[in-house]
Amino acid sequence: MVELDKHPESAHILKLLSAVVDPEIPVLTLEDLGVLRAISVVDDTVGISITPTYAGCPAIDTMRTDIETTLAAAGYREVRIQQSLSPAWTTDWMTETGRKKLRAYGIAPPPAMTSCGRPKDAIECPQCCCREVKLISEFGSTACKALYRCQDCREPFDYFKCI
Amino acid sequence: MTLAYCIALGDDSLVLGHRLSEWCRNGPFLEEDLALTNVALDFVGRARMFYTYAAEIEGKGRNEDDIAYLRDCREYRNFLINELPNGDFAFTMARQLMVDVYDMGFFSELTQSNDPTLSAIAAKAIKESRYHLRRSEDWIRRLGDGTVQSHNRVQEAFDQLWGYAAEMFEISKNERPLIDAGIAVDRGALKTNWEKSMHSTLRQATLDIPDDSWTVVGGRDGLHTEHLGFLLAELQFLQRTYPGLQW
Repeated sequence: MVELDKHPESAHILKLLSAVVDPEIPVLTLEDLGVLRAISVVDDTVGISITPTYAGCPAIDTMRTDIETTLAAAGYREVRIQQSLSPAWTTDWMTETGRKKLRAYGIAPPPAMTSCGRPKDAIECPQCCCREVKLISEFGSTACKALYRCQDCREPFDYFKCI
Repeated sequence: MTLAYCIALGDDSLVLGHRLSEWCRNGPFLEEDLALTNVALDFVGRARMFYTYAAEIEGKGRNEDDIAYLRDCREYRNFLINELPNGDFAFTMARQLMVDVYDMGFFSELTQSNDPTLSAIAAKAIKESRYHLRRSEDWIRRLGDGTVQSHNRVQEAFDQLWGYAAEMFEISKNERPLIDAGIAVDRGALKTNWEKSMHSTLRQATLDIPDDSWTVVGGRDGLHTEHLGFLLAELQFLQRTYPGLQW
């Protein structure tokens, strides 16, 4: 959930920011990903709060620039982007829409998590929905993903790790 | 004093992150190449968070890059184990297991810190350490309980590394007041659990517990092995040659 202040423009800004996507997974907006945390407007200044997914995620710098560019194009000149670390980002913040988009894109979405950080549900192959899957590597094309293979359709696929 | 503490924690992360990044394109196979460099990225990310906070506490206009690129060996405070050259894959993974087990204990304590920023960084780091540890334990079991060659090489790696663990649990005198203030972690208290966890994985991997009659310490006092200088020469080359250069 993105926290909006009561200013009438905040909701409009949220709508504008739905154009900003994760540079690594361009089907997900920052809201889908749960990276966008809060929007506030005070006088002419827009305050945006975002949280990094992974400590070393290089996408965060691109996200900042994309937010600034999008808002500048809509006439918002004064934009302050603040990076919040606490509470730490979790895949539980990913929206339901985001999970559906991921699956359609061919990436297995993260299941909900137990309190000790383990997935509650089995991982499903995004191609054939089979649950007989095998871990190939703890890391896929980016730190946030792991590489699996479906034992049924034999297709390898990326799985968005739950953290 | 929190400043020095943050810098030391950043140094641990940056130096090991750099070592792991040296595996880029040298990994034993593609997936493992990606894994090693992804873990490297997590460590460098941690370093950024610690250095950024250090720069903020200091308030003298330095930034994270200045702290990483413009200090010499003697100003670095990382544990020596993190700066040792990578060796073979067995050596890299043996070190990784020792560090990951330590990190799990350390960061779970640091989440309780009275310093809200340190506690936030720890909460973020521990999520990553969880899967780092899963992978390093898995590799040590596979290598130890694998072929004669993989078993011997990983055993030799632990034998060479074991004495470097001592300084992870040795508290420097500057740290004591921070521990009393509830800011820093009492690392000495982490040793029992670390040993228990290490011994259990080594046993599962059919490896012997190495000889613990020798120790090497000094990293937290800025006394390093000969290897750190070479590492920094590469890490800092660009900023030293073209001061202030930016992407």
